[in-house]
Amino acid sequence: MAKNISFTIKYWKQNGPKDKGHFEQREMKNIPDDTSFLEMLDILNEELINDGKEPFVFDHDCREGICGMCSLYINGTPHGKTATGATTCQLYMRRFNDGDVITVEPWRSAAFPVIKDCMVDRSAFDKIQAAGGYVTVRTGQPQDANAILIPKQDADEAMDCATCIGCGACVAACKNGSAMLYVSSKVSQFALLPQGRPEAAKRAKAMVAKMDELGFGNCTNTRACEAVCPKNESIANIARLNREFIKAKLAD
Amino acid sequence: MWLTQSSIGRKVIMSVTGIALILFLTFHGCMNLVALFSRDAYNTICEMLGANWYAVAATVGLGALVVLHFVYAFILTLQNRRARGASRYAVTDRPGKVEWASQNMFVLGVIVVLGLLLHLWDFWYNMMFQELIGATGQAHHLAADGYHWIEQTFANPCKTAVYVVWFAAIWFHLTHGFWSALQTLGLNGKIWFNRWKVIGNVYVTLLMLMFVVVAIYFAACGGACCTGCC
Ligand code: HEM
Ligand code: SF4
Ligand code: FES
Repeated sequence: MAKNISFTIKYWKQNGPKDKGHFEQREMKNIPDDTSFLEMLDILNEELINDGKEPFVFDHDCREGICGMCSLYINGTPHGKTATGATTCQLYMRRFNDGDVITVEPWRSAAFPVIKDCMVDRSAFDKIQAAGGYVTVRTGQPQDANAILIPKQDADEAMDCATCIGCGACVAACKNGSAMLYVSSKVSQFALLPQGRPEAAKRAKAMVAKMDELGFGNCTNTRACEAVCPKNESIANIARLNREFIKAKLAD
Repeated sequence: MWLTQSSIGRKVIMSVTGIALILFLTFHGCMNLVALFSRDAYNTICEMLGANWYAVAATVGLGALVVLHFVYAFILTLQNRRARGASRYAVTDRPGKVEWASQNMFVLGVIVVLGLLLHLWDFWYNMMFQELIGATGQAHHLAADGYHWIEQTFANPCKTAVYVVWFAAIWFHLTHGFWSALQTLGLNGKIWFNRWKVIGNVYVTLLMLMFVVVAIYFAACGGACCTGCC
């Protein structure tokens, strides 16, 4: 049964990376609990604009959990707390109760400087991806799908790794500002497939080197990343990346 | 050199030195158990581990392991603090599967070092060190009498309490450290994750119980009942 809830929203305002930033607060009245979290923020912004105030800035794009643009730290959890993991755009107000105080913060990590309010610059992830997160294909037509046989289990596992949408929740949750869950998922999605093997060693080295260069931290296996990942990436990927990287370095 | 220049390399240093220290603790714990049964047997071991070249070399190696582990713990922690940045969340909600120890490895490590300094003062200084400086008389006589120093140390209830707290800190450090070290080396995966955790918890608990048992035993009866009267 749909019902309406009223609550207080505390949202982070910050004018660029150098600004100190502060919270602002607003009472939200009679919001249907089938509203998505981002729709609720749209309502907030309508109200702010009608009051002649500056709207609250946040990232979003697909609003269907596949692009990785949305990024809010809600009540102490990246993307908000859900039973099995979901992106902020897939979070609904029925997760909240009448009278709640909902605190919305940006990803706070040195490698993700704030652009404005809760919109942060995640281009560091693109740079890591560009350092080797692809398969070099120099020749003509796509191959026939059956030309290389791949066990279903491997294909599934590679697909699970590939579902990482690069949202950065793992970094946001990590006390070490480490990007290992993201990088390991991106390395794994290729390392698990025969097409990815020829460049596997090179890829692991290049992506880790870029990750270090951009100032992400050293993983200490706290598992905070895995707990908040909306795509349920596993730290088994991190073990695989460690393995790939150590093997590659020992072979040099 | 990738071991020092890459994040994973630095973690490998932590992992390998950590595993070596666990192996050392295993040896040390087993050796201590001998003190529960025989003063002579225990002191024979102490004598073998006196100022002989191999024992001194092993001590230097062990010291190097601790220093490496500590120095890299310090470097990693500093880098990680920088990577996290200056701004802090106003609200945080630690997920259930994040172990407390995993987020406090450095603090636990510092407690371990402080305990270690006390321990070296209580034992090593009175034993190997006295032999190394060529002490004579009573000091020389007691240098190989490890049993005496155990009695001496645990006769003091405050000190026994400090040692037990120290053992607890090492236990916490290792409940995370054990599987973390294997994860760092890449020897982990979806299936082995739970196995390593169980193996690690059982191993580390037995390991630390060996130390606790000796401490409590000597604190309770000062070793007097070592022939089996209690
Ligand atoms: C009895 C002595 C010690 C033993 C047996 C030990 C063992 C270990 C092990 C096995 C690991 C896991 C390595 C990895 O994650 O790859 C570890 C990690 C760590 N240790 Fe120690 N350690 C000891 C003392 C210390 C000391 C003195 C410090 C100094 C502060 C320290 C600080 C750390 C830190 C910060 C980590 C990284 C956390 C992590 O990666 O999980 N440890 N230790
Ligand atoms: S691993 Fe998960 S939390 Fe990290 S970027 Fe990918 S989808 Fe987001
Ligand atoms: S807006 Fe695309 S994943 Fe949330």
